[in-house]
Amino acid sequence: MTVVETATGAAKTMVLNMGPQHPSTHGVLRILLELDGETVVKAVPDLGYLHTGIEKSCEDKTYSQAITLTDRMDYLNPLGNNLVYCLAVERLLGLEVPKRAQYIRVLLVELQRISSHLVWLGTHAIDLGAMSVFLYCFREREEILKIFEFVAGQRMMTSYIRIGGLALEPPTGWIQRVEKFLKMMPGRIDEYESLLTGNRIWLGRTKGIGYISLEDAIALSMTGPTLRAAGLAYDNRKMFSYSSYEEFEFDVPTRTDSDCFGRYMVRVAEMRESLKIVRQAIAKIPADGPIRTEAPGIVPPGREKMKTEMEALIYHFKIFTEGFSPPPGEAFVTVESPRGELGCFVASDGSPKPVRVHFRSPSYINLQALPKLIEGQLISDVIACIGTIDIVLGEVDR
Amino acid sequence: MTEKANQNTNVVVDTLRAWSTNAIEEVIEFRGETTLVVPRKVLRAIAARCRDDGTLQFNLLTDATCVDRFPMEPRFELNYHLVSIPKRLKVRLRVRLAGDDPVVDSLVPVWPGANWLEREIFDLFGIQFTGHPDLRRILLPDDWEGHPLRKDYPVEGFRDVPAIATRYTRGRP
Repeated sequence: MTVVETATGAAKTMVLNMGPQHPSTHGVLRILLELDGETVVKAVPDLGYLHTGIEKSCEDKTYSQAITLTDRMDYLNPLGNNLVYCLAVERLLGLEVPKRAQYIRVLLVELQRISSHLVWLGTHAIDLGAMSVFLYCFREREEILKIFEFVAGQRMMTSYIRIGGLALEPPTGWIQRVEKFLKMMPGRIDEYESLLTGNRIWLGRTKGIGYISLEDAIALSMTGPTLRAAGLAYDNRKMFSYSSYEEFEFDVPTRTDSDCFGRYMVRVAEMRESLKIVRQAIAKIPADGPIRTEAPGIVPPGREKMKTEMEALIYHFKIFTEGFSPPPGEAFVTVESPRGELGCFVASDGSPKPVRVHFRSPSYINLQALPKLIEGQLISDVIACIGTIDIVLGEVDR
Repeated sequence: MTEKANQNTNVVVDTLRAWSTNAIEEVIEFRGETTLVVPRKVLRAIAARCRDDGTLQFNLLTDATCVDRFPMEPRFELNYHLVSIPKRLKVRLRVRLAGDDPVVDSLVPVWPGANWLEREIFDLFGIQFTGHPDLRRILLPDDWEGHPLRKDYPVEGFRDVPAIATRYTRGRP
């Protein structure tokens, strides 16, 4: 701690270093806080502690190898990261994905959205002193991770969505598991709401805290629940539909209070909307059909084919040794991740490795508004404001 | 779907061409995405026009990124991805920058959200943004040497090369 004299010499402020190991920063975020008493005068975020150069590594891998790296950026939304990368490469190649694979993608990504919001709700609540919500949220998240493990073989870093479709056929009985979860979940969301929505301590810690006006939010490129809580129904699933989202009926919840409480309400409502989408997806998914598109030389052929057709075996070998070469050009695809607009920019020069892969990570860009949220607030509200943006540092630093 | 996208594209190109005849150097259409290559000198003016024009209203700067085409010249391609929420439009503005003069006007005065995006490009590509309020490294430490996302920067980095080289050659002729 150091005491800093301001230019006028009249008021004294103190610079306090918060993080990078502070538990409420949900990772390794450092913020330099200039305090006047308990009020934050100025906040300067300092990041990069988790920078792993994923974008540079992608340039040294073939298009299909880079999928496993995308999982590891936003570790609460690995399937969403797979999806945006695969959509970008599919656009470069001009690939159409079979409807069945598209619906399964939608179902899984929506389950992922619920699980990500559960982690957010649990950790946000524990930051603000509500311990039990954390335990309940992680209980339900575990159920979702069990579904992922059943379908893809992995709990978190599934890499299940691949270029041209999905990695493997989901096992029999997986729909029944999802249905079981769907029966259980609405009551559980009511349970969280009964613990928090009317809770006086929760209201006191969130209402009117971390306000940002709609104009500022748009100017600072904020997206996701933070923008929707400011009153603008901007959702990529509705605005620039992808993966057959236009066939699903759901609402985009908005609020106008634009504070921590509003964002909490938006995210809880989004969980219910996601359940609606999952329910519709189950009805839409055909019992059988291809899960991968037919694209020789780009999408790996099925096992059966490889054992009977020589070309299939050659293509399989070539895809995994040399890769495939999309035509020169660029593609920028955006999807709605639990945190906001997740974008992937892929540039190809016609070689088997991408020239540039860039991720527009919503956490990084939303975090930019943090000083706007906390300047003028009390230091105890800084924690509420970091939580309310819902950052994942793996994605911020990439 | 594609036809509609093309019509929208024409709106952007026509509006900007009507505003200034030399605003757009080149229009690239690829897979339904529109890229407008603009001269470096007018980038900020065009960006402001895109935001303020009543028929465009590109109010959201969603992303900014750079591509290094080394050893081609001009080697840097700066891409700004704009979204018009009221009009449901998307467009990409592109500026080409030479390797020996990677300087361009900052778009922070137009969209404050460009701040960290441009800091990231400065950090990883070494592109200078004039008029940027706070051009510091953001992801890498302040004393880092070089710009890792440039193509002449090896994937494994510079720092460990001597150590690895001695490890592999130790005891060998």
